[in-house]
Amino acid sequence: MITRTPRSRYDVVVVGAGPAGLAAALGAREAGAEHVLLVDREPEPGGILQQCIHTGFGLHTFEEELTGPEFAERFIDRLTERGADLLLGSFILDGAPREGAVQIVGRDVGAARVEYGSLVLAMGCRERTRGALRIPGTRPAGVYTAGLAQKMVNMMGVLPGRRVVILGSGDIGLIMARRLVLEGVEVLGVYEILPYSSGLNRNIAQCLNDFDIPLHLSTTVTRVGGRDRVEWVEVCPVDEALRPIAGARRERIACDTLLLSVGLIPENELSQRLGARLDLVTRGPVVDSTLMTSVDGVFACGNVLHVHDLVDWVADEAMRAGRFAAEHALGRPRPRDSVRVVPGQNVRYVVPHTISPDRDQEVLFRVARPVERATIVAVAVGEEREQPIVSKKIRYAFPAEMMRLSLSQADLDKIDAETLRIDVVERPPKKDPKPKGSRS
Amino acid sequence: MLYDAAIIGGGVIGCAIARELSRYAVRVVLIEKECEVGFGTSKSNSGIIHAGHHAPPETLKGQLVVEGNRAFPQLAEELGFGFKQVGEIVVARNADELPALEALKARGEAKGVPGLELWDRERLLREEPNLSPTVAGGLFAPTAGVINPYECCFGLIQNARMNGVELLVESPVLGIDRRDGFLSIKTPRQLLHARFVINAAGVHAAKIAAMVGLTDFTIQPRKGEEYMLDKRMKGVVRRIIFPVPAATTKGTLVIPTFDGTIMVGPTAEDVDEHDISTTDAGARSVFDFVRTLVPSLHPRDTIAEFAGLRAVSDSNDFIIGPTAVPGFINVAGIQSPGLTAAPAIGRYVRDILKDEGLTLVERDDFEPRVRPIPRFSALSMEEKRARIAADPASAHIVCRCEEVTESEVVEAIDQGARTLDGLKFRVRAGMGRCQGGFCTWRCMELLSERLGLPIEAITKRGGGSWLVIPRLDADPNEEASR
Ligand SMILES: Cc1cc2nc3c(=O)[nH]c(=O)nc-3n(C[C@H](O)[C@H](O)[C@H](O)COP(=O)(O)OP(=O)(O)OC[C@H]3O[C@@H](n4cnc5c(N)ncnc54)[C@H](O)[C@@H]3O)c2cc1C
Ligand SMILES: Cc1cc2nc3c(=O)[nH]c(=O)nc-3n(C[C@H](O)[C@H](O)[C@H](O)COP(=O)(O)OP(=O)(O)OC[C@H]3O[C@@H](n4cnc5c(N)ncnc54)[C@H](O)[C@@H]3O)c2cc1C
Repeated sequence: MITRTPRSRYDVVVVGAGPAGLAAALGAREAGAEHVLLVDREPEPGGILQQCIHTGFGLHTFEEELTGPEFAERFIDRLTERGADLLLGSFILDGAPREGAVQIVGRDVGAARVEYGSLVLAMGCRERTRGALRIPGTRPAGVYTAGLAQKMVNMMGVLPGRRVVILGSGDIGLIMARRLVLEGVEVLGVYEILPYSSGLNRNIAQCLNDFDIPLHLSTTVTRVGGRDRVEWVEVCPVDEALRPIAGARRERIACDTLLLSVGLIPENELSQRLGARLDLVTRGPVVDSTLMTSVDGVFACGNVLHVHDLVDWVADEAMRAGRFAAEHALGRPRPRDSVRVVPGQNVRYVVPHTISPDRDQEVLFRVARPVERATIVAVAVGEEREQPIVSKKIRYAFPAEMMRLSLSQADLDKIDAETLRIDVVERPPKKDPKPKGSRS
Repeated sequence: MLYDAAIIGGGVIGCAIARELSRYAVRVVLIEKECEVGFGTSKSNSGIIHAGHHAPPETLKGQLVVEGNRAFPQLAEELGFGFKQVGEIVVARNADELPALEALKARGEAKGVPGLELWDRERLLREEPNLSPTVAGGLFAPTAGVINPYECCFGLIQNARMNGVELLVESPVLGIDRRDGFLSIKTPRQLLHARFVINAAGVHAAKIAAMVGLTDFTIQPRKGEEYMLDKRMKGVVRRIIFPVPAATTKGTLVIPTFDGTIMVGPTAEDVDEHDISTTDAGARSVFDFVRTLVPSLHPRDTIAEFAGLRAVSDSNDFIIGPTAVPGFINVAGIQSPGLTAAPAIGRYVRDILKDEGLTLVERDDFEPRVRPIPRFSALSMEEKRARIAADPASAHIVCRCEEVTESEVVEAIDQGARTLDGLKFRVRAGMGRCQGGFCTWRCMELLSERLGLPIEAITKRGGGSWLVIPRLDADPNEEASR
């Protein structure tokens, strides 16, 4: 499967061989694309999964708890069986969508131009850094993003420090809290500016609670101290507007490392160079029902499209993107999207941005605030009236967890409007609550 | 061995002096306490090459700044660092400030600053449409420019070394002894002897002077905080925007840096010599102020921030010259516009040494040029292809945000980069949007390989700025088995 000498033309070229890229390549092959090229910068495929040696991947896809590399391996095996060219240590620098070509530089190819029928973007994401948070103080060594610390520990066999404070309760930070404790490092606490965690509940339970690591909500780091290396951080509770409370006690915590787990940002510089329009909220491309971006023949999936919490949904989405990319490359008829999908009440974003009334569809979205007892409603917004098309009761929704709503052909037939809005509305508390609710 | 001259301090001033002296057949050593040159104030400033009309003509700084400005185009060309003559505008925010512009113009013209033009409100807003609509007029100076100051230091020292200057890093000067006809300098590892000692130790210059018993001046560190804004603010102004100057500083500015990124700052606050922290109050004062000039600037767009220390002497001017101690020469109190004046200071110090009796014979093999590290990202696709064909390591992208190749990183190490910051400031690895999230590790590996050091010995910027430690004795398989 590994190639050093790519062909000059492929039906589908996939940028990035993380779970999204691997699944997209597989999807493309399964849908009939004969020649598929998968390109990654790294010397190994698997993307971020390479450094995720903890278990918890693949519960939905394989009904097993796999480690990151094991999950990637499953896809690599399936793809090897199907056959695709994998070009490693190679970087897609730029592309010319009008000519249907990309420019690759890499250890084996030098500089090469490869033509494609369809291009799938699967470049993943990067972590938000200190600069974006505007934490005042000094700028010593020892402030790392959690993902970089994860790479240091899991792939390089070294530790980022001895006494660690974690800012942000994103999943990577939570996972690193546990990992570091297991390595004998002191983890002094996780500080989260929001009144709720931005990580998955299962990670709070398994990574913090099980190890007695305190999680401080509505608290943030307000200053970093230390000349050469971090010596302390100052933490302070915040008000509802997330500003440090004036007069509140500012506590100095002696430590040598500050890990940041404060969000992921889709890596879309290449997408922008290609001319793809981005969604200001997801910071990923705007896509249609086939996950095609605003640039003809260019598709996107995985974390480059919007940040996912579970790799299973990455793979799912990417399989579809690969299939649609193959269909496009093979010149098969494309659905006609005529309905715009927009976020409504308590919904931060929805992907895709348009759908076709002609085939069933799943829309993915996130809520803006946590809610208990809510109803997801898809509302057709006509010029004259609004009509609920589907509604689904849910027990709770967290911003940390991506939500999915399936729209069947029957549902779609009911849409007589150009806009479909997704709302998550709170339900009034039950009038007559049973002593033992259905909650388990 | 006896050096003709030992320069203490490898900031832009020490480096400029070293480079100037490297034109002559003399033995020169530069002694720097940090791991690399330029890691003091000279990397943490606004990067402006001033036109020269701000500083009063009766001061030394006022005299050297114009000459310094004139030297930059050639210097930048020879040393291959970026320099863009973007021009500057002093903006009057209301009619009351207009007379100050006239006065500045007259002062500048008397000093020989070329091309000064008064712009009325209409012209000003046409040239810089994002300025506040309430501005009243401006004074335009076409010869002001911007550089990446750290690149300037690296270029100067590299060229000086090519021409025979010795560089000692990680060598804090601990004491200086007066001997018969020369001075002896103690560092933790060396004892060096030199006929002339040049004190270019920035905010520490008074301490160095005290080592030979001179206590005739003091240095007060004055901190300036600066804030870099997101790329999306690029182009909000095209020229450097100054307010009408206040008493202590040239005020808070809006700076289109060499790379086009907008930077705002600095503040001015007297502090102790260790305080290079940024503060909430500093950020607030910077943004509150610059928004009166350019209302669309917002603290939310900050992507990086830093602070530097001006070395303000009690005379509020540069202190350059021989002292009561034979052979000991001060180059102290080099506050703003020290970066601009650096090339002129280099020559000025050369003349002082000559006057003091150092024989300076020009070398006929002086090579004024350094070969800059070619920037892969700046090449066209054709050129990239050619480069990769000639040098396969150019196909390995180390820093994906700034598109920095392995061969650029390796070359930077071979030119003297010892630390992550050294790499960042030389080739921009880790300076982009992910701030090193992806390339830090690879840079550490390359430093470790090329310098023959274990990975744990690699630092962010020398001293105690360690990055990683070996594993403690936890069982590495424990987690997998949970
Ligand atoms: C640190 C971390 C921990 C996580 N833990 C869990 C977990 O416990 N359970 C879970 O279910 N999910 C977890 N996730 C989420 C899941 O792993 C990610 O959602 C998934 O890896 C995203 O897949 P991707 O293929 O979109 O991106 P990535 O895995 O990031 O892959 C993108 C690939 O593209 C390559 N690339 C980028 N640009 C270029 C270019 N221009 N040219 C060539 N190649 C390029 C990159 O090198 C990379 O290999 C975690 C994510 C992270 C970041
Ligand atoms: C916020 C700010 C903005 C500025 N903006 C501008 C501008 O836009 N334009 C401009 O022209 N100027 C500007 N300046 C001024 C300019 O930065 C300085 O004048 C210039 O950098 C001074 O250089 P230096 O070499 O004297 O000092 P430094 O760069 O501080 O160098 C002194 C060196 O001496 C070393 N040293 C100290 N003690 C010892 C010892 N005991 N042994 C060995 N080595 C020692 C230090 O490590 C340091 O490297 C600004 C200054 C600040 C703070």
